[in-house]
Amino acid sequence: MVSDIGLIAVLLAFASGIYAIIAAVYGARNKRDDWAMSARNAALVIAPLLTLSALMIIYSNLTGNFRLEYTSHVSSRSTPTILKITALWGGQNGSLLFWSWLMSIFVAGVMLRKWDKNRDLMPYVIAVAEITQTFFLALVVLFANPFAKLWQTPAGDIVGAVFGASSLFTPLSSLGFSGIAQTLFAPLGSLPFTPADGQGLAPLLRHPGMVAHPPFLYLGFVGFTIPYSFAMAALITGKTNDDWIRTTRRWTLMAWLFLGIGLLLGARWAYDVLGWGGYWGWDAVENAALMPWISGTAFLHSVMIQEKRGMLKTWNMFLIILTFAQVILGTFITRTGIISSVHSFARSSIGVPFLTFTGVMLVGSIGLLLARLDDLKSENKLDSLLSREAAFIAQNGLFLIINLAVAIGTYFPIFSELLTSNKITVGAPYYQSVVGPLLVPLVLLMGVAPLISWRVASPQALTKSALYIPGPITAVALVIIFVLGIHNPMALLGLGLVIYAGVIIAVEYVRGVRARHKTTGESWPIALWTLVGRNRRRYGGYLVHVGIVLMGVGIVGTHFYQQETQQALAVGQSLSIGNYKVTFRQLELVPSGQADKNIISARVDVSENGKFLTTMRPYQEQYTNGERMTPPALLGSMKEDLYVLLGGWEADGSLATFKVFINPLVNWLWLGGLMFIFGTLVAAWPSAAEERRAVSVERRALSANAAR
Amino acid sequence: MQDARCKSQVTGHRSLDAWWAIALLVGVIASLLVIGVVAAQGGTVTDDQVNAIAKRLNCPVCENVPLDVCETQACVQWRDLIRQKLAAGEKPEQIINYFQTTYGDRVLQEPPRQGFTGLVWILPFVGLVAGMAILVVVLRRMTARPAPVQLETAPSESADEYRERLERELKELG
Repeated sequence: MVSDIGLIAVLLAFASGIYAIIAAVYGARNKRDDWAMSARNAALVIAPLLTLSALMIIYSNLTGNFRLEYTSHVSSRSTPTILKITALWGGQNGSLLFWSWLMSIFVAGVMLRKWDKNRDLMPYVIAVAEITQTFFLALVVLFANPFAKLWQTPAGDIVGAVFGASSLFTPLSSLGFSGIAQTLFAPLGSLPFTPADGQGLAPLLRHPGMVAHPPFLYLGFVGFTIPYSFAMAALITGKTNDDWIRTTRRWTLMAWLFLGIGLLLGARWAYDVLGWGGYWGWDAVENAALMPWISGTAFLHSVMIQEKRGMLKTWNMFLIILTFAQVILGTFITRTGIISSVHSFARSSIGVPFLTFTGVMLVGSIGLLLARLDDLKSENKLDSLLSREAAFIAQNGLFLIINLAVAIGTYFPIFSELLTSNKITVGAPYYQSVVGPLLVPLVLLMGVAPLISWRVASPQALTKSALYIPGPITAVALVIIFVLGIHNPMALLGLGLVIYAGVIIAVEYVRGVRARHKTTGESWPIALWTLVGRNRRRYGGYLVHVGIVLMGVGIVGTHFYQQETQQALAVGQSLSIGNYKVTFRQLELVPSGQADKNIISARVDVSENGKFLTTMRPYQEQYTNGERMTPPALLGSMKEDLYVLLGGWEADGSLATFKVFINPLVNWLWLGGLMFIFGTLVAAWPSAAEERRAVSVERRALSANAAR
Repeated sequence: MQDARCKSQVTGHRSLDAWWAIALLVGVIASLLVIGVVAAQGGTVTDDQVNAIAKRLNCPVCENVPLDVCETQACVQWRDLIRQKLAAGEKPEQIINYFQTTYGDRVLQEPPRQGFTGLVWILPFVGLVAGMAILVVVLRRMTARPAPVQLETAPSESADEYRERLERELKELG
């Protein structure tokens, strides 16, 4: 069977991973370069092996090989080709393989790009990265194998097992390894089983947003393994200067960007598909992906202090350990469903190994950190409480508190169920009332921090730069907003803060460009180009802040001013919401082109202030398996989205229920998302100057060696 | 049910004498009136009123999905129940209480603020206070000496000096 090629490749990758760990540690401890090289090669070869495995799963889905348990779950004859391919990450077992595959590519990238620069760290980087890689491969091989085939047991059950009927099944199970036994073997006397057709992906997962969302999330998750591995290598070797931070800066930024894009895509998917009028539900799985992004954001800021001033070394180590732990926990929560119920955790085959790995990883990392505390002493003291350093520290504190609040809301139901057997739900209101107020000082800091100079800032200068120009502009903007009809004090506070932060960034840009224009005589656009080009990190960072500002506008708008109504309308009747009038015209059955899907669409006319605008067609998709999808019909502008859902109807089409939302300013959120991506790319883009510096450092090192 | 039974009586006994016919007519009119009044009462309950209450509850089947947006059969029934209770004149708080006592705390979007679940509300503030205390201690320990007024690092931000600083930083970075 062709899929066996994939199985063999995974097994070889698993073996290479174990070998790489041993060889790397042995090579590093005994100063044997040949062993370190061998470990590197073993780590490198995992990437092509897992590529082959992933391709075999895709091939199996494409060719309808329903003998394979995984293919029969996530694919079917009628599944469109593109979804057969993306079904690689449509189910648990495939997505774990996909995770491992992405990770192997990241590790290979680091090996190829950074091998010569950080030779002394590298063996341990391999060891730590490969421990994570091998753990995931162990899950893939022993607990959630996507290459398991279907078998019919003598009792008539259909089970999945990699190797089929074996006399090993019973003894393994009775020794307490029933999870492994069930993955690998079927009970004696089981016969091969091939179903006529597969089940196919759940309808909700067929949306393009859901196709693209997991890969970005996983890329983000996997990406954080790289700075974590370097951090651990730095602790193990005792080379705790900021080399590991500089080397992994761009990798961290990319991981953070991917995770951010994953979150944005998830939000957009929820908005476009789930049909509840919003984009973020504070669901446990969403939070699981948000938390590492929050601590990662804190990390990205605090490493700047270490790079510039040699401070906060222990703190940075702690932050990267926390971020990586939250990455692992995030994968764990998403894959085992522990939040929904402690019982689904027990049912999940990967729950116990995951929890064990997380525990070992945390104890090991924190232990290493404590052992090296003396090496991580700060090189400098804090000169003043009014300094960029202090602002960063305060910002870090706020991020961590927000992280903590989200963690409490996410994990509390588990403890409640375990300790008091009272199942509870922590819904959106908790997060809104706890996280919301914490965003106020955070956004204020985001605005002011760029104006505070390093080491010691003068209060007079700060007051001047923080108030003279940004103050009046913000005040004028707020007056205009007030006149436009926004009177809620909290909304005004929120908008005022983001506008203030935005104005300060604009002023920073204008000052920088004007300074270049004056000193170098460059034309304005050229001055802007070189200003940003010479300081990608700083001015790219500002652009990310602009993205956050734009998102803030959208969040304030939707949070404080969303309107909704639901009404049943007879043909010809209308409902009113805001200035809009929505009139029900007709209900129709639309051919869907897919056997298992019906589309019922409603035609509604929309007018604003009595003037006809357009005809909208909200619809519902009904699947033969009973699932339904109610995507919205959208009429959008930068001012607001009119979001129309078709809720239900009478069989004869005379009456239909509509749910209609007005989501003010929501498109600022998506625009801000694009700006966030653009800004991060600017900040991460390699600059010629940086490359030159790196080369000159190498040259110096080489000539120093030659002199010796 | 009432409606259906009345209907079957009307169609089933056409050959009744006049008294019976009049009695029936009165009965039908009376029941129609009752239905009309009930319908009028039900009619005053809008979907928006139902949703306002459903927002504060959870779908009984799905995880963490507010009741007002869920389309499962169970949720449709629960919303109908809310509608009936509203029509019967129950107050929103009574209805929420009914669901909480019948199905437990997990039906609430916001966990109760007393008892063990109250911790979820208290802990973030404990964290905030502890975090600020730690921050103050750490900042004090990190601060070597009272901040000296260093004129060279505390520039008054005139355009020229700003330009100088900018150029200096550009040089440092580039």
